Amino acid sequence: MAEDVKKPEELIQIDYGPPKRSWMDPAVKFERGSYNYAAVKDNQEYLSLPFPRKWQPYEDDWQLPDGWEEIIFKGFKERLEKYRSLRIFMDICVRCGACADKCHFFIGSGDPKNMPVLRAELLRSVYRNDFTTAGKVLGKFAGGRKLTVGVLKEWFYYFYQCTECRRCSVFCPYGIDTAEITMMARELMNLIGISIEWIGTPVANCFRTGNHLGIQPHGFKDSIDFAVDELEELTGVRVEAPINKKGAEILFVAPSADYFASPHYYTLLGYLQLFHEIGLDYTWSSYASEGGNFGLFHSAEMMKRLNSKIYMEAKRLGVKWIIGGECGHMWRVVHQYMDTLNGPADFLEEPVSPFTGTRFENTRTTKMVHIAEFTADLIHHNKLKLDPSRNDHWRVTYHDSCNPVRAMGLLEEPRYVINSVCNNFHEMPENTIREQTFCCGSGAGLGTDENFEMRMRGGLPRANAVQYVHDTHDVNILLCMCAIDKATLPPLLEYWVPGVEVGGVHEMVGNALIMKGQHDRPTDLRGTPYEQNGKEGDDNV
Amino acid sequence: MNLFFSLVVIAVLIALPWVLVGAAGLDYLFGVIVPYVALAVFVVGLLMRVLQWARLPVPFRTPTTCGQQKSLPWIKPSRLENPHSTLGVIGRMLLEVLFFRSLFRNTRSQLRDGSRLTYLADKWLWAGGLAFHWTFLIVVARHFRFFLEPVPWCVSVMEGLDSFFQIGLPIIYLTDVIIIAALTYLFFRRIVNPRLRYISLAGDYFPLLLLLGIAVSGVWMRYFDKTDIVGIKELSMGLVTLGPVVPEGIGVTFFIHLFLVSALLIYFPFSKLVHAGGVFFSPTRNLANNNRVKRHINPWDYPVKVHTYEEYEDEFRDVMKAAEMPLEKE
Repeated sequence: MAEDVKKPEELIQIDYGPPKRSWMDPAVKFERGSYNYAAVKDNQEYLSLPFPRKWQPYEDDWQLPDGWEEIIFKGFKERLEKYRSLRIFMDICVRCGACADKCHFFIGSGDPKNMPVLRAELLRSVYRNDFTTAGKVLGKFAGGRKLTVGVLKEWFYYFYQCTECRRCSVFCPYGIDTAEITMMARELMNLIGISIEWIGTPVANCFRTGNHLGIQPHGFKDSIDFAVDELEELTGVRVEAPINKKGAEILFVAPSADYFASPHYYTLLGYLQLFHEIGLDYTWSSYASEGGNFGLFHSAEMMKRLNSKIYMEAKRLGVKWIIGGECGHMWRVVHQYMDTLNGPADFLEEPVSPFTGTRFENTRTTKMVHIAEFTADLIHHNKLKLDPSRNDHWRVTYHDSCNPVRAMGLLEEPRYVINSVCNNFHEMPENTIREQTFCCGSGAGLGTDENFEMRMRGGLPRANAVQYVHDTHDVNILLCMCAIDKATLPPLLEYWVPGVEVGGVHEMVGNALIMKGQHDRPTDLRGTPYEQNGKEGDDNV
Repeated sequence: MNLFFSLVVIAVLIALPWVLVGAAGLDYLFGVIVPYVALAVFVVGLLMRVLQWARLPVPFRTPTTCGQQKSLPWIKPSRLENPHSTLGVIGRMLLEVLFFRSLFRNTRSQLRDGSRLTYLADKWLWAGGLAFHWTFLIVVARHFRFFLEPVPWCVSVMEGLDSFFQIGLPIIYLTDVIIIAALTYLFFRRIVNPRLRYISLAGDYFPLLLLLGIAVSGVWMRYFDKTDIVGIKELSMGLVTLGPVVPEGIGVTFFIHLFLVSALLIYFPFSKLVHAGGVFFSPTRNLANNNRVKRHINPWDYPVKVHTYEEYEDEFRDVMKAAEMPLEKE
């Protein structure tokens, strides 16, 4: 946390009253802590993106290319013809205001342009001005605005202040999806070389090395090997973790943070234990070593470019089907886009669990199974020996990650797993979970240090709900199935709710899983001794 | 400003027939030509809108899922909130269109005691919206008594129910009361709530005022002005049978009413009112969440520059070899 960060008591003084000035007059100030740095020139060049240059949002002159208005106009027109969603969402909003206080950024900031309706109006006003008869004739009276540098700066500020979580879309009577609008606005800005560093860099890394962190193959192998060694120390069991193994039955793809960041790492240990214990014939891939896809936050084309690796690698290795790890936006891409973008996966087989015989009919064509689906099925068929009391030192709650819920519907599988491996599970209030879940506030490429204040604001509703179960049920860990969550919820909770940890569902599975040939296991996967928590360390088989 | 602009336009729309029919006697223009033109604009305009939406591609299948997916056989899927079949989608759309399902979820967030966020159910908008839309539908349907001879039994039954309480003379239609109450609520919430006032455009006030004008002028004719109903039916039957006549003695209120309706018809296809048709095309609602079961085709898909495994191995072969990782080419 930087020195000049506002204290929580200051930050929560939120003024929800709208300003006097009409929203149609663009006014955006780039204040420290509430925006992201511009994409780096080298990465833009590496990805062959247009107009790479050195610039920063806080500078007056963004060095916009000549004729940038025309480029955006053409790009807008093209997308209006390619996406029914965009045209519909531009046309039918009635500004009923139902979405206004559904956005975590509005709740946390009070900035009226963080109401989804106004965020969309930023784009819609230009749409009216350029593409509708009423707007062309009546201009401002019809809600039309000319695209100016001021408007463009607003686009940048507010469309990189949306995490594409889709919560507003749940409440909208027409299902208008701000994520879709934000994606389109970001695509338009990309056309004139405007993007942010924390999207550009992971995307370039992923394109080159296969993962967002830019870890090269040997580094990838090192971290997996290291986890194997550590797991042996923790459990006494030496697991196998094959990489790039041809002819394995299953390819496993996880977000790269799982093998390089904490607390993700404990989830990785959980996967490794689980796969070993059931004897899964699987392989990791260094080439497709990223489940996440920051291309989703960039453009449909970039999403496709990065996602292509998963099927190509599955084909090269000759696997039968794919399992995907704990990740949020990864599952939006896998579930809603992958087959369309890079399918058909006709070289794979319809997934069938080798242990339970369950045919995963819900993945018949995509052929990729979510690990929660896979594990829930194993537990349901009693294939795992579990001792939930080994998680008794944790009083858990579960954060539904935006995308697996609102772009898939993964609700009961993780809950079933958690209830099978933990004894103390308490839900947060109902308006903050399941389809109404609140974003961590740092998704869609916004999880940077320079954007810290805005992240704390956006994460306020989530943290506030955690506070509630922390106060009422003494909850001390927030479980989630998303790599961005695991990276950004710890600082969020440290800021708003100190004393609550963040963990993954398969970390809990790992703790509870009784392995053949294990030694005493006096600690949990974090190395915390059980004695300290008032629990015997040797009560397992 | 936006409100003022809307009020001025409404005033002009009322003044036009008042002056031109009342004083200048342009009955035929306002009784026949304008309604015909308005209807034509409405039908053609809306049709063009809908056809434009219909021909646009849907590159990706992106429903917003609001319940449990269909996955393992022992987990109960939410068939309406997260439909996996066409039947489920139809159910979801019916709930949406007939009962405003999503709006029913509405909550109001509040920061209490300076630190505690709460989300209370807030059904007012849902109730007001639903009340307006349903009564509007019934009122429009009731008007078929003016366009059909003999009056169909269903219209009569509806009128019977609508005047169930038998209050007043002529008997007061419940829908007349509800529609004016609902529109008044929807209008005033935009003015009273600072957040809504901030986001409201002229295009938000205007249709509410227009609809209020239509409702009030209609009510005025029926209950106070006691307009010559036989004359009106003669005119309306003339319009539908394409033999328009304008009988003598129809009061100016009727022409105001008819002109505001014409204005609504003309305004409709070029405004946010097209949500009536657009909601059916919303890709987050009208698609089944069967993404991993059935492949969705993007009609404008094109090949992109990818980074192949061969290129990757070429770049990293040495380090991979040193790390004893399997290689395609030694």
